[in-house]
Amino acid sequence: MTSTLVENHFRIGKLPHIWCPGCGHGIIMRSIAVAIDELGYDKNDVCVVSGIGCSSRAPGYMDFNTLHTLHGRALAYATGVKMANPDLKVIVITGDGDCAAIGGNHLIHASRRNIDITTVVFNNNIYGMTGGQYSPTTPTGEKGTTAPFGNIDRNFDLCNLAKGAGATYVARSTAYHANMVKQQVKAALENKGFSFVEAVSICPTYYGRKNKKGDAVSMMEYLKNSTVNVKAADKLPKEKLEGKFLVGEFYKSEEPEYTEEYKKIIDSFQKER
Amino acid sequence: MAKNNVKLMQGNEACVEGALAAGMKFFAGYPITPSTEIAEISSLRLPKVGGKFIQMEDEIAGMAAIIGGSLAGLKSMTATSGPGFSLKQENLGYAAIAEVPCVIVNVQRGGPSTGLPTSPAQGDIMQAKWGTHGDHPIIALSPSSVRETFDLTVKAFNFAEKYRTPVILLTDEVIGHMREKIEIPSPDEIEIIDRVQPKSGLEEYKPYEVNEDQLVPDMAPYGGEYRFHVTGLVHDETGFPSNDSNVAESLLNRIMKKIDNNIDDIALYEEYKLEDAEVAIIAYGSTARSAKSAVDMARAEGIKAGLFRPMTIWPFLDKQVTEVSKKVDNVIVAEMNLGQYVIEVERAGNKHTKVSKCCKANGQLITPDEILAKIKEV
Repeated sequence: MTSTLVENHFRIGKLPHIWCPGCGHGIIMRSIAVAIDELGYDKNDVCVVSGIGCSSRAPGYMDFNTLHTLHGRALAYATGVKMANPDLKVIVITGDGDCAAIGGNHLIHASRRNIDITTVVFNNNIYGMTGGQYSPTTPTGEKGTTAPFGNIDRNFDLCNLAKGAGATYVARSTAYHANMVKQQVKAALENKGFSFVEAVSICPTYYGRKNKKGDAVSMMEYLKNSTVNVKAADKLPKEKLEGKFLVGEFYKSEEPEYTEEYKKIIDSFQKER
Repeated sequence: MAKNNVKLMQGNEACVEGALAAGMKFFAGYPITPSTEIAEISSLRLPKVGGKFIQMEDEIAGMAAIIGGSLAGLKSMTATSGPGFSLKQENLGYAAIAEVPCVIVNVQRGGPSTGLPTSPAQGDIMQAKWGTHGDHPIIALSPSSVRETFDLTVKAFNFAEKYRTPVILLTDEVIGHMREKIEIPSPDEIEIIDRVQPKSGLEEYKPYEVNEDQLVPDMAPYGGEYRFHVTGLVHDETGFPSNDSNVAESLLNRIMKKIDNNIDDIALYEEYKLEDAEVAIIAYGSTARSAKSAVDMARAEGIKAGLFRPMTIWPFLDKQVTEVSKKVDNVIVAEMNLGQYVIEVERAGNKHTKVSKCCKANGQLITPDEILAKIKEV
């Protein structure tokens, strides 16, 4: 039976989705829909923009204004949408390759402008759609179809990148922490500025298989057991943090929002008349 | 008509004035010589009319942003030159398949690559048609004066809105930077076309649905009455992706047909002293100015020369070029490249006349003398 959430926020006719069995993306997509539902936004006021890749297929299933763009370009399209209609709640759904490799420049500059867009990265550490090539977030030493001897690239910490570039809300959660994803997306949508939520996903089909991570359940258990909330991390001894990664809200600040600043310029000419 | 609307301005400035007259409300771009003034003037003028300007992080983002802006309901434009035009191509293809109205100004400069940044060229003729991958329709217009830059920018917006397609304004460094006296027409003299919006209260809005004789689907904005999906993938009338070869074929056929079937509406050109001509020059943009002088110089020497000046570069004016070819013994195509538009002219005209070229791509204008010499040679 379809839940009320799915009935109300998804395009039932477009389901089931194309993601592989065990993929974490569906959980993250659902968490975004729950966040929007709980905030009570009118569906016509929401615009979901994506690039290319597994994650970027999500908007096709979601019953909002949706825009499936080119590889890496989602944030640039979203910037145009937001500038043209600042009343829209603009959400970008992207992946690690989409936003950190080909779209890295757009991520840096959308963060810098603090334009009111909520970006959710479905980070599965691999290029899934093209069959498992290493991405900017594939951990050093791990394998991909283009890193058969182990990845010698250093991997990105996307949250540090977004924070450094000027995002005013930065958080990380995982597909295991569905409720945390929802809470973070809600906080991101309520932040008047550029918000960045990294949702670590799992790709049992490519990343998992190439790197002998076990089945989807094992990979989920890894997400559960290898994460430490940033609030708890300070109190823990260093050895307890070894091999773990942090989740939670990393950064929040209030800065002038781009479309509001532009509106001030427009308004200054209205007054002159 | 009030004389105070007479102004001295450069082509790039006239382009912005034309865009504003046509209803441009959003400009996104990136600085590049020799198109930069278009961004600068847009940034100055747009907020005063309630419009928006944004300088994006790169050329690709500028093109992406105007597609987003147009989907959210604003008439949108970007401007570029040289390597910037190469970077626009990816998103230009998106605008073509997703049928998003937008205007791309390319103030052509010498190439390839960084080439000759401050010199004029007409080397992007074929790129304007074939620069993005895959078969797709395109409209490209090329003005020969400052006033015509104004007029064709208005036309570019009108065609973009009417046919839901990207339209390229192909000017060049000379037209962009040259200053001329122009009389700006008053708003009631300017025809403005807006995209057709779907009727209100529809049970279901399909963003790519067309009825029997309709080729251009009605277009709703994001944030309006209807929610819909847009993708760069091949899609059916609902806007959702499809791998069905019939869907792919019918989509491609329709978007090609919406331009091809309306070529008479899109065809803009000037004929100068062609009635009794024995030799016809075909030239566009700034080269057409030299060609016109060359025609007069030839006539003064008793040579029956004439000029065919296409303002619509794409779609190619097959019918008109064929007609011209039938009338004359010789056709000379003058253009600032090593021979691009001439390829199309040869295709249309070769069986009727002798086609030759007068080409130069060294950053210098083609002079009337050079064209006259070619007239005497053929």
